[in-house]
Amino acid sequence: MADATITGGLPTGREARPASPEPMLAADGTLLRASLARSLRRQKARALLLIAPLLLFILVTFVLPIGDMLFRSVENAIVPETLPRTVAALRDDPAEVPGEAVFDALYTDLVVAEEYKIHTQLGTRLNYEFGGASSLFRGAGRHVGKFDTDVYADQFGDANPAFADPGRWAAWMADDAVRAALPQTTDAYDAWAKFTVDVHGDDPAEEDLGDFVYAALYRDLAAGAQPPGLPSVDVSGFEAVSLKQQFVDDDEGWGEPEIWTTLRTFSPRFTAGYYLNAVDLKIGPQGIELREGSDRIYIQLFIRTLILSVTITATCILLGYPVAFLLASLPMRSANLLMILVLLPFWTSLLVRTSAWKVLLQQQGVINDLLVWAGVLSDSGRLVMINNQTGTIIAMTHILLPFMILPLYSVMKGIPPSYVRAAKSLGANDWTAFWRVYFPQSVPGIGAGSILVFILAIGYYITPELVGGTKGVFISNRIAYHISDSLNWGLAAALGTILLAVVLLLYWAYDRLVGIDNVKLGG
Amino acid sequence: MVQASRDAAFVEFERVQKSYDGQTLVVKDLNLTIPKGEFLTMLGPSGSGKTTCLMMLAGFETATHGEIRLAGRNINDVPPHKRGIGMVFQNYALFPHMSVAENLAFPLEVRKMGQAEREAKVKRALDMVQMGKFANRRPAQLSGGQQQRIALARALVFEPELVLMDEPLGALDKQLREHMQFEIKHISDNLGITVVYVTHDQTEALTMSDRVAVFNDGRIQQLAPPDVLYEAPLNSFVAQFIGENNTLTGVVTAIDQGRCVVRLDSGDEIDAKPVNVSRVGDRTKVSIRPERVEFNKARLRSDAHTLRARVEEFIYMGDMFRTRLSVAGNDEFIIKSRNAPDQTRLQPGQEIEIGWLPEDCRALDAA
Repeated sequence: MADATITGGLPTGREARPASPEPMLAADGTLLRASLARSLRRQKARALLLIAPLLLFILVTFVLPIGDMLFRSVENAIVPETLPRTVAALRDDPAEVPGEAVFDALYTDLVVAEEYKIHTQLGTRLNYEFGGASSLFRGAGRHVGKFDTDVYADQFGDANPAFADPGRWAAWMADDAVRAALPQTTDAYDAWAKFTVDVHGDDPAEEDLGDFVYAALYRDLAAGAQPPGLPSVDVSGFEAVSLKQQFVDDDEGWGEPEIWTTLRTFSPRFTAGYYLNAVDLKIGPQGIELREGSDRIYIQLFIRTLILSVTITATCILLGYPVAFLLASLPMRSANLLMILVLLPFWTSLLVRTSAWKVLLQQQGVINDLLVWAGVLSDSGRLVMINNQTGTIIAMTHILLPFMILPLYSVMKGIPPSYVRAAKSLGANDWTAFWRVYFPQSVPGIGAGSILVFILAIGYYITPELVGGTKGVFISNRIAYHISDSLNWGLAAALGTILLAVVLLLYWAYDRLVGIDNVKLGG
Repeated sequence: MVQASRDAAFVEFERVQKSYDGQTLVVKDLNLTIPKGEFLTMLGPSGSGKTTCLMMLAGFETATHGEIRLAGRNINDVPPHKRGIGMVFQNYALFPHMSVAENLAFPLEVRKMGQAEREAKVKRALDMVQMGKFANRRPAQLSGGQQQRIALARALVFEPELVLMDEPLGALDKQLREHMQFEIKHISDNLGITVVYVTHDQTEALTMSDRVAVFNDGRIQQLAPPDVLYEAPLNSFVAQFIGENNTLTGVVTAIDQGRCVVRLDSGDEIDAKPVNVSRVGDRTKVSIRPERVEFNKARLRSDAHTLRARVEEFIYMGDMFRTRLSVAGNDEFIIKSRNAPDQTRLQPGQEIEIGWLPEDCRALDAA
């Protein structure tokens, strides 16, 4: 201990090397590391306090929504929550079109879902995967109430009036022995009792039971259950109703494998279905397969988004570099004046600027009129420059140009004129001095500007929406469509996540190829 | 003889003027001739026009009027890259994206020199500044002094006959600066190149140069070797700008061959050497160097004029004593004496008599 204090107490740096097995001690004998941490704690706490409001803001408005979006792209709870019994029953029935047990479960699920009016949401959800699902579920929801299952209620009532008495039912269902003996009936009765209270606000002990409870009772008793305390009844002579037949009679779709494949695929709580959909794949009977030609739109849209964004970035470099160069080499006064012109677009609404391009570029627009008037074009040969990719490229280049010029300008401003002078004094002509000396030093500005413009472009929405027509829209327009029109948020989330991943991937590739330290926003 | 006269005019400025705004002249009527192999320093305060002159010579500024000639050829319209002048910049201007060797190879490359020859020259230039080991470093990995050597080597590697240096040592600390002064001087002597060197540091100018051109207000105030400049300044600007200097003002009361008497404003009379006073009654500033002032009566000539002085402050500077006196109404009068065993240390408040040789006291213009 004394030894440690002596070596540790020396103020030379030699003992601090990691090779030393003795931990460094502070003057009062405590661990130096702990002592340092304590002295820095206040500073850290204060720093944290300063950024706390922003951190909170970002967390609430940015991180959480993005997390929610990522989650939505795989979340699929609606199927197991709406059809819990069907999903469970399907697990035991591998047939393409399942047997009676699954239909029995589906019947109970649908009656309950219909009461809560959630079967249409499920239909909409499954319709993203299989075209006929929505109408199947709407139809079934409308008709489950009229299925022939009322024969069970009648037959039980005829066999013993106690079965028609809700009060007796309430008593039976309070008895654990009965509940254990009649699992399906208990499940059905509980569901019925719950929606009777939740949806209708009635007392289950006074209302007539739903037919599906009697159907469940029939199934339990037919399976040989012997509930204690219930009146004995022989169900072997009862008229049975095939629910499978009822469903197929209602809509032949229930007898075909597609809906069942879809249900089976999307019965887990989490699904890759949205992502598969987002890259034009789907899960078919034979596993993952490509969608039909007409449904394959997303890959093409992603590629188009990338190509257009790269094109826009490239045109921004071509147009922005000379402007930034001019700005950087002019004296301060005139440079500031020109800078205002560069920044002027920021003071105008994005919508106005984009609409202005519509006016300029359309076939009866200013540019075409001028060209026709000047005799460059014939009246019939007017150029199509809007509502296609040309329109998107032109308008977005214009809108994003300042984001290229500003970082370029600030980097160029930081390149001392003495470099070019040195190059010239060493014998380089104007072009060599520029290309060998000035340009390499402005590359970080090009990098920063390109990253800014490219990332802004790849997620741009308004401008392509207004001037892009059908050929010039971006993936973000499709995302917006799914968010606000088709309401397929899961797919929108998957597309957004893929877009985010692509951007991160490109950023990573950029870092590997160019190096992110080669990006400067200022000199 | 013909050779000598042509050499005498390796670089020529003839009636050169420069104006940036069309209203004021930054360089007013510059005439300067630099012979081959000379180390010429342009010295002056900032804004005196010295850097503008250098930039005109390098070709980065155009002369508004007049002619600049290099080896007898008018180079007014020759672009910088065709002038073949080496240049060392204030902040070295080493290309940060190139290694040291690439920096040095750059001027050879743009001259389309073959690779083998290029490498040999780069190596020789690096060895010359003792930086051979650093060929593959980036400039940012070098210290200020090392960068300065590389900048020098780069300006010399393509063997220019004329090298311009724009305050190349300004960013270095004092010790390194003094070391580099000698090194630059030796290299330029060994290579026999002509150097035009711009600085505002008078010590640098005095130690390195063959001749110094003192700039002020767009004009050369005096062009002379360092010793002449220091000991025989032609006007009071030069006297005050170069070295430490004591000034007393007064009126000339008598003047004749190489001698004049000045009555100071305090009424005392002193002897001085007339430099740019010509008539009795001229106002003048007399200039005396601190180390030429003598307070030991035994060492003064018997007929020398003396002045009474009071010691205000004594500063011990190691090798020197620096004493501030109050003389004839000027209480910023400095004398310097060598720290020798027999040297007196003056006490503040002490009353002494000071004097000097008349030829060390120069009567200059009153400006």
